[in-house]
Amino acid sequence: MEKTINIKVKVWRQAGPKAKGAFVTYDLKNISTDSSFLEMLDVLNEQLVANRQEPIAFDHDCREGICGMCSLYINGHPHGPDSAVTTCQLHMRKFKDGETITVEPWRSHAFPVIKDLVVDRRAYDKIMQAGGYVSVNTGGVPDANAIPISKVAADEAMDAASCIGCGACAAACKNGSAMLFVAAKVSQLALLPQGKVEAARRAKAMLGKMDELGFGNCTNTGACAAECPKSVSLAHIARLNREFICAKLGD
Amino acid sequence: MAKIEELLNGDIITAKIPEGPLAEKWTNYKAHQKLVNPANKRRLDVIVVGTGLAGASAAASLGEMGFNVLNFCIQDSPRRAHSIAAQGGVNAAKNYQNDGDSVYRLFYDTIKGGDYRAREANVYRLAEVSNAIIDQCVAQGVPFAREYGGLLDNRSFGGAQVSRTFYAKGQTGQQLLLGAYSALSRQVQKGSVKLYTRYEMLDVVIIDGRARGIIARNLVTGAVERFAAHAVVIGTGGYGNAFFLSTNAMASNGSAALQCYKKGAWFANPCFAQIHPTCIPVHGTFQSKLTLMSESLRNDGRIWVPKKKEDAEAIRAGKKKPTEIPDEDRDFYLERRYPAFGNLVPRDVASRAAKERCDAGFGVNPTGLAVYLDFKYAIERLGRDAVEARYGNLFQMYEKIVDDNPYETPMMIFPAIHYTMGGIWVDYELQTSIPGLFAIGEANFSDHGANRLGASALMQGLADGYFVLPYTIQNYLSDQIQVPRFSTDAPEFVAAEKEINDKIDRLMKIQGKRSVDSIHRELGLVMWDFVGMGRTAEGLKTGLARIQEIRKVFWSDVFIPGNKNDFNVELEKALRLADFIEIGELMARDALNREESCGGHFREEFQTPEGEALRQDDKFSYVSCWEFQGEGKEPKMYKEPLDYEFVVRQTRNYKA
Repeated sequence: MEKTINIKVKVWRQAGPKAKGAFVTYDLKNISTDSSFLEMLDVLNEQLVANRQEPIAFDHDCREGICGMCSLYINGHPHGPDSAVTTCQLHMRKFKDGETITVEPWRSHAFPVIKDLVVDRRAYDKIMQAGGYVSVNTGGVPDANAIPISKVAADEAMDAASCIGCGACAAACKNGSAMLFVAAKVSQLALLPQGKVEAARRAKAMLGKMDELGFGNCTNTGACAAECPKSVSLAHIARLNREFICAKLGD
Repeated sequence: MAKIEELLNGDIITAKIPEGPLAEKWTNYKAHQKLVNPANKRRLDVIVVGTGLAGASAAASLGEMGFNVLNFCIQDSPRRAHSIAAQGGVNAAKNYQNDGDSVYRLFYDTIKGGDYRAREANVYRLAEVSNAIIDQCVAQGVPFAREYGGLLDNRSFGGAQVSRTFYAKGQTGQQLLLGAYSALSRQVQKGSVKLYTRYEMLDVVIIDGRARGIIARNLVTGAVERFAAHAVVIGTGGYGNAFFLSTNAMASNGSAALQCYKKGAWFANPCFAQIHPTCIPVHGTFQSKLTLMSESLRNDGRIWVPKKKEDAEAIRAGKKKPTEIPDEDRDFYLERRYPAFGNLVPRDVASRAAKERCDAGFGVNPTGLAVYLDFKYAIERLGRDAVEARYGNLFQMYEKIVDDNPYETPMMIFPAIHYTMGGIWVDYELQTSIPGLFAIGEANFSDHGANRLGASALMQGLADGYFVLPYTIQNYLSDQIQVPRFSTDAPEFVAAEKEINDKIDRLMKIQGKRSVDSIHRELGLVMWDFVGMGRTAEGLKTGLARIQEIRKVFWSDVFIPGNKNDFNVELEKALRLADFIEIGELMARDALNREESCGGHFREEFQTPEGEALRQDDKFSYVSCWEFQGEGKEPKMYKEPLDYEFVVRQTRNYKA
């Protein structure tokens, strides 16, 4: 029942942040089409270790598509050719026997390479720290049902909040913009009464931080939403723009 | 008040349960605990290790209060902690559905669900603060599911007869963690929390009997660094990855807990591990992890295997499809055995029932280790759209992994290791047996007894982090205000760092022939076969002997490529595996000691004629607290008696 394929994997290898990198091609035989892309890399790494070589460093953790840790550019697409999945949920049945698969780290100026396929994404944390929250302390808050929220708004906020912070949007963008990431948080909180109070300040602070960290600007090409593993919609960028303009007009 | 049965160097360590009626204990505690005044708070440093629900909520809350917090995270961002993967929901006793829920009922369900092996006072406090968690999360902007009227929606979950579970699609853990991460980010911005990402704690530093800091490795540079503080909080999750294949994330590990144990903190009930009934079955030797399908699927899915062995055999051989088996030839074994709870029995009961059917030859995938979870009936009853609205993202996930459409053919599921109820022993204040060392969330043992109910892990992680630890730690810190900041040049820090560096050097020098994963996989198989769902004295003894052999292989034949002063994933994994081997041994030892069946711990020698777990309350109504005695020596066990003052212990019955 199990199908297997033979493939070549062309991987970016880079010893450290300042080292010169290069592609190295590896042969892999009898890869089960039921295995995930990362399990294929596990097999490759076991092979490298057996040959007393250093395995390929790549980020991964939950392996169920939710932590946002995995971050591979596969055949020119963040998270590979399948739609609406993270790299860990991409399966080898999406590839053909004999295919050469190209694997690169995230392409983004703001996410520098640490080693091989691992990049530094702390820039996203810094954007969050600039304002991605409702300023409430623990305790002393009203009953959860004190403020009714329409189901439509709550559902839309949930869609925005499904962002996993993986960085695919910025990596896919020709401008290297983090707009979809920023929009997801700004939009989620602007849709809810709890977040509305600080909406103007939040939009300005998060966008300001995004610019400061060297992310590019948005020209609405839509690559981010097309590559987003959680299908976060471009409509959230529209809402972010509206929030930002309102905030600026209020200044 | 429960006292540990034996004494340690003459000191009596007690669980410090406050006096008074159950419902007043926490209120009384808070009324009389010592506080730290605002000016002193900023002179006190607290290390919090871990940024999951417990760690992030604790770090954020302590930062808000004015303490100076150092927060460590193994991933590149706090938002990646494995709490994020929890799907189903979070329990609270709000009784918004008017179905008879109350703090007492949530307490009672949790105590009963834990098979009467948890502390009454801890569990009552958990139920008591559960409502505040929901309030807090809503205030943070967590987008819980709502009804059309704008109020919060609830769903039911295994082991309960009320609908008390709050949820955000199938991504509740994600949304709660992002709420805590937001609160944490706010404190980082304010400067009250300093974040250390891609750092892994390798040791806890003890000075004059108190926890005063940690040794952590910078995973990017490989540097081993020292950090000092007035108190250390461990929120590093569970140790389920001792089984290699589990629903835990790849980096989830038990090392921080085990290092605390080696420095004198007791490890409590290590054998209590939860096997979750609804995971995608194992399908190949290349497999790296098991994926959980939310327990909420059991609300509408019906679990079955064929009634006739020949049907099961035909399905296994690929000659028959499940859809070809008529209803009368399907054995809905949970509904048959447990009419009152049906498919919603607690996890341990559901897992064992699946194992029993598969062992009897009714399993349905090529390995014979799977049962069906069928949505045909829900689709007939509710329509496909309603099923899609409830479970769409889970169905999509299943289809991506298995390449099979669960709307048309039943899902296949099988139990897998999911959560560890055991962990670092803590008293009522969440303080370990080492003063100044605290443990929160899954890392401690405190609230779930021998089995955890669904949607209670999120509740406990956030209860500990937001509403319990920030109070109880002050009772400790209040007499530390005169203690100046420690220098990391203290001899204890130097010695701890040297010990870690020596261990790393020793590992790097082995240069054997085995990869870390190949040894870990071997350990996992031994754990599953001998320390898994059905345990026997003989099997556990075999397991212990096999673990010893694996330890020898590891320390003589492991191969770690690369350099220690570098980003070195194989070295990270090796350090964790060294500890998993110790944990595996401790689990087997504890399981061997506990000659009864309770919750997730099933000793085949102790079962009723119907195959249900048989507790031995007269002999084993205690927490086993293991104390490290040195490398190669047998650990010593203390017993903390579990006195039930308020609840009458019964045999768990989900039949009627």
